[in-house]
Amino acid sequence: MTSLPVDWLENDRRKLRVDASAYGDKIYEALTAACALAIPALVIAIAVAIFAAAWPAFAKLGFSIVTTSDWDVRAGHFGAAPAIFGTLVSSTVALIIATPLAIGVAIFLSEFAPLWLRQPIGFLVDLLAAIPSVVYGLWGIFVLIPLLREHVMPFLRDTLHLGATPFFSGPAYGPSMLAAGVILAIMALPYISSVSREVLMAVPRSQREAALALGATRWEMIRDAVIPYARSGIIGGIMLGLGRALGETMAVTMVIGNRPEISASLLAPGYTMASLIANEFSEATSDLHLSALMAVGAVLFIITLIVNAVARWLVWSVGRRRTQ
Amino acid sequence: MIKTVRSIAVALSAAALLSGGVASAQSVDLTGAGATFPYPIYSKWFSDYAQSTGVKINYQSIGSGGGIRQLSEQTVDFGASDGPMTDQELAGAKGGVVLHFPTVMGAVVITYNVPGLNRPLNLSGDLIADIYAGRITKWNDARIVAQNRGVPLPNSDILVVHRSDGSGTTYIFSDYLSAISPSWSSSLGKGKEIKWPVGLGAKGNEGVAGQVKQMPGSLGYVELAYAKQNGLPYANVRNVAGYYVTPSIASVTAAAAGMKLPKNTDYRISIANAPGKDSYPISSMTWLLVYQNQTDKVKGTRLVDFLRWVYKSGEKAAASLDYAPLPSSMLAQLQSRLKTIRIADSRVGAAQ
Repeated sequence: MTSLPVDWLENDRRKLRVDASAYGDKIYEALTAACALAIPALVIAIAVAIFAAAWPAFAKLGFSIVTTSDWDVRAGHFGAAPAIFGTLVSSTVALIIATPLAIGVAIFLSEFAPLWLRQPIGFLVDLLAAIPSVVYGLWGIFVLIPLLREHVMPFLRDTLHLGATPFFSGPAYGPSMLAAGVILAIMALPYISSVSREVLMAVPRSQREAALALGATRWEMIRDAVIPYARSGIIGGIMLGLGRALGETMAVTMVIGNRPEISASLLAPGYTMASLIANEFSEATSDLHLSALMAVGAVLFIITLIVNAVARWLVWSVGRRRTQ
Repeated sequence: MIKTVRSIAVALSAAALLSGGVASAQSVDLTGAGATFPYPIYSKWFSDYAQSTGVKINYQSIGSGGGIRQLSEQTVDFGASDGPMTDQELAGAKGGVVLHFPTVMGAVVITYNVPGLNRPLNLSGDLIADIYAGRITKWNDARIVAQNRGVPLPNSDILVVHRSDGSGTTYIFSDYLSAISPSWSSSLGKGKEIKWPVGLGAKGNEGVAGQVKQMPGSLGYVELAYAKQNGLPYANVRNVAGYYVTPSIASVTAAAAGMKLPKNTDYRISIANAPGKDSYPISSMTWLLVYQNQTDKVKGTRLVDFLRWVYKSGEKAAASLDYAPLPSSMLAQLQSRLKTIRIADSRVGAAQ
């Protein structure tokens, strides 16, 4: 019988398992399971610690922490709405700037770039992720902010007449929501482009060849055959970038102007949750103040959780649509 | 076989001895935590003191708030703060009565970026308060011009910069503004964080200095030592006696000399807006926080000895690092106050 050697091999493997490596496998399995379980356990431990510390503030102030915007330590008012607003807006601005740029970089590197150029550009883009955020902050203060104040902001507000809209009105000091958004865009870009590039490169050759064989131009091929195939991976990359932007502290604190006010104008200074905690934690002495800062941390934790859940859902629903 | 076991045992015990020896050589005799502002002079004191006595002190500059917390929880032997503890904080300290020992003094200066000035600005306290309250918004405001005759002041907005992080510098500054302006005192008050009505927030002295340097028309407040070391311009501020005083080590010490230490041994005193024609008004002390009842005899003795050394020898090094030393009249009072510390239930004075 022709199947005999396979059966024999199967038998032999089973025998080997029982004889020699039964314990080894068990130990290995237990070890990796412990590693895998340690991470969720850590997340739960962090969540429990934050919410326990935040509880006194929630118990005393309730949802006014989230809904009111008066943060006055001396008076015991802790309304973090401007910081929540600032975190969401600065991250959104960052994604609006970074996403097209990062996907453009990824498409160029995976579809157009000659081999000799692909490596160095990819390396340099990835290198952006390795720069410490305090360095981004310093660069923001000394290079980006003067540039924004002297050229970009007057251009947006006066030359393009965007000052007529509430989003670009008011005086341009430099430190602003816009500056924070630009810094965050640069910091999120390598995450988005790196993931997108890998996903695009993983699109099968046959997909491209099929599109070209149907008479598609290169652009049509990328648009209709490559990007739809890679869409869920690209969204995953964008969400990774968003996660980076939501939690970034140091660089944002250095360029956003740290003003706890809700303003529609991107030229106005703002505040973020992470900056608020970083600014006040070391000098907070009253229990309520500390607890309120922890409550802000808890809100940030929940928002990050929601963003990740939405990302999962997007990736899942896009993937399902494709297979249908 | 037995031989190997024995040799391993010998090696182990030798290693234990060795590591024990190393551990005791590296051991720290006293630990403290708190203010960042006096950290440079404190670390110089600790190293000088270790050289002359062999007693090692580990100090972590985690901020005044952290120092107060750690002292209250008794995780450190002493704390340090740029602002005195509040009555509520004192009541919450688990080791009993906390004594405030002033060590050195510093000042907060008003730095600015106004192109084309021919001499330092003169500012009075009510002007500074009104600028930070958003009531004066232009550099050529009539009240600023009135105090700076002949200085070309531009017709541009004043861009106010303040600290965004909780800090002793903000405490000293707002303490002064509260002392000089009743409306400031009632609406905004003093504290390590203020709900600023106008301006941009920047993190740390370097953040404020960076913003002010970058933006023409801006004005901010930083520590004197930081401004001196970085060559920033700063304003002369009018004192109670009506003189415009340049911030300097001498004018800060003069401010302290004008104050009298209270008899009740509560040394949480403010030297903001101090009397005397040479006094720079935005001055403050920084404190070491020590429990009156020292339960550990060895540690308590060392701590008192260190403080005695600070008032005897340490103060002389202060000026070299741009801190103002305490006036000599105050040192004698503080030396005698050290005797009120009780070590393992016996008074320091009695033990000698």
